[in-house]
Amino acid sequence: MQYPYLKRLPGFEYLAPETVGEAVELLARHKGQARVLAGGTDLLLDMKRRQELPQYVIGLKNVRSLDFLNYDESGGLSFGPLVTVHFVETSPLIKEKFPVLSQAAATLGSVQVRNLATVVGNLCSALPSADMAPGLIVLGARLKITGTNGQRLVAVEDFFRAPGESILAPDELVTEVRVPNPPAGSGMVYLKHMTRSAMDLSMVGVAALVALKNGTCDEVRICLGTSGPTPLRAVKAEEVLKGKRFEANLIEKAAAAASRECHPRSSLRATAAYRRDMVKVLTRRALTRAGEQAA
Amino acid sequence: MKLMMQLNINGVLHESEINVRRTLLEVLRETFGLMGTKKGCNEGECGACTVLLDGKSVLACLVLAVEAQGKRIDTVEGLAENGELHPLQESFIRHGALQCGFCTPGMLMAARGLLNENPKPGEPEVRQAIAGNLCRCTGYDKIVKAILDAAGRP
Ligand SMILES: Cc1cc2nc3c(=O)[nH]c(=O)nc-3n(C[C@@H](O)[C@@H](O)[C@H](O)COP(=O)(O)OP(=O)(O)OC[C@H]3O[C@@H](n4cnc5c(N)ncnc54)[C@H](O)[C@@H]3O)c2cc1C
Ligand code: FES
Ligand code: FES
Repeated sequence: MQYPYLKRLPGFEYLAPETVGEAVELLARHKGQARVLAGGTDLLLDMKRRQELPQYVIGLKNVRSLDFLNYDESGGLSFGPLVTVHFVETSPLIKEKFPVLSQAAATLGSVQVRNLATVVGNLCSALPSADMAPGLIVLGARLKITGTNGQRLVAVEDFFRAPGESILAPDELVTEVRVPNPPAGSGMVYLKHMTRSAMDLSMVGVAALVALKNGTCDEVRICLGTSGPTPLRAVKAEEVLKGKRFEANLIEKAAAAASRECHPRSSLRATAAYRRDMVKVLTRRALTRAGEQAA
Repeated sequence: MKLMMQLNINGVLHESEINVRRTLLEVLRETFGLMGTKKGCNEGECGACTVLLDGKSVLACLVLAVEAQGKRIDTVEGLAENGELHPLQESFIRHGALQCGFCTPGMLMAARGLLNENPKPGEPEVRQAIAGNLCRCTGYDKIVKAILDAAGRP
């Protein structure tokens, strides 16, 4: 570490575009030398630690068109990259219609961090432990990405490439999150296992979404956090349940399948073997609770 | 890179030429001499630097001063009004909710942020609101009681 005590920020030029067009243009002009700043809870820390040394910091704060949240019965939810984790945690609409997102938001950092941190920034940092990712993935959310060459829509599931690496090109900006309505009557849950009861990154996080029809599993989606290099959809576990009766023995089998298909690593926080065990426990719990909620 | 910045701190507009790489914490303490806001970890973990931005609690060590322009910044120095301590401060004193006092400004501002949003919190909400504020001395219990008391809760 170069500045173990002072931890001041390195120098940079601060740019404050007011439109998406300007922001993308600045990113393209300073390709690779510019970083977008949203809540700053990751970027400023990385800069203090000299892990990031951008020449230009592009503050998104003044791009007012990126601060929105809309809902409609047919299209579902859409929100911009300035929406904070705290907003998602406390929004009555999200609590009612997309509770897995408010649950996940409530587990991220402290109130002070959640008041700054954005959901999109959490995704863009692309850590396997990103708490906002599993819930968005089981909901089938997509990201609108805007660059100098136009726009594209990418499923959150396909957004992550490696730890700390997403599919974003250096001149691209995430400009919207689109979350379709879940199947009617579905239950959804996010569970996070941590060493402490608050202010900790997850050892394992599991999101599950379940929709039932006459006791049969009509739709099931499971996503595991901190269980591999990227947030991971547990496809084999889903297959165990899909179209079958939603019963304890099958839930157990699905949980075991999830535990087999994940590939966690050992770190300071937990060993791979422990994580694998906890994936099983949490997947079982998450499926059971989501199933209870499903009408 | 320096810019002329205008910051609304405790209702007073301050103006100064400031380097864009300065955090709000550095500017409060070093440019304006407001030492109430503490620098603990300087990386988001301890809550000692908690201030309010437009009424919401945030960490001054993770905010660029340049981005706090146009917002109302509240620090512990603005809690007392006309020489009268804020009910939260009175309550902290009554309950002995501080020892060395290093965490206290952050605790007070986190509590203030909570009461802005939820004037009648229960104990779980209070504990939630200060989950990001570390205290080496008190064991938290008296702090929680002081906040509940200030909110008119038993
Ligand atoms: C004390 C502390 C505790 C934490 N605890 C947790 C936790 O429990 N769980 C967890 O998941 N996270 C945790 N975090 C990290 C979490 O706060 C961040 O991941 C946050 O969500 C990032 O959002 P931001 O707005 O602060 O992003 P920033 O720091 O502003 O940006 C993060 C990255 O995303 C890029 N970016 C931001 N917006 C866009 C955009 N629209 N388009 C393209 N790129 C963009 C930036 O360039 C940067 O690379 C914690 C952080 C702290 C400081
Ligand atoms: S100094 Fe800001 S959180 Fe510790
Ligand atoms: S009173 Fe000493 S740190 Fe809290």
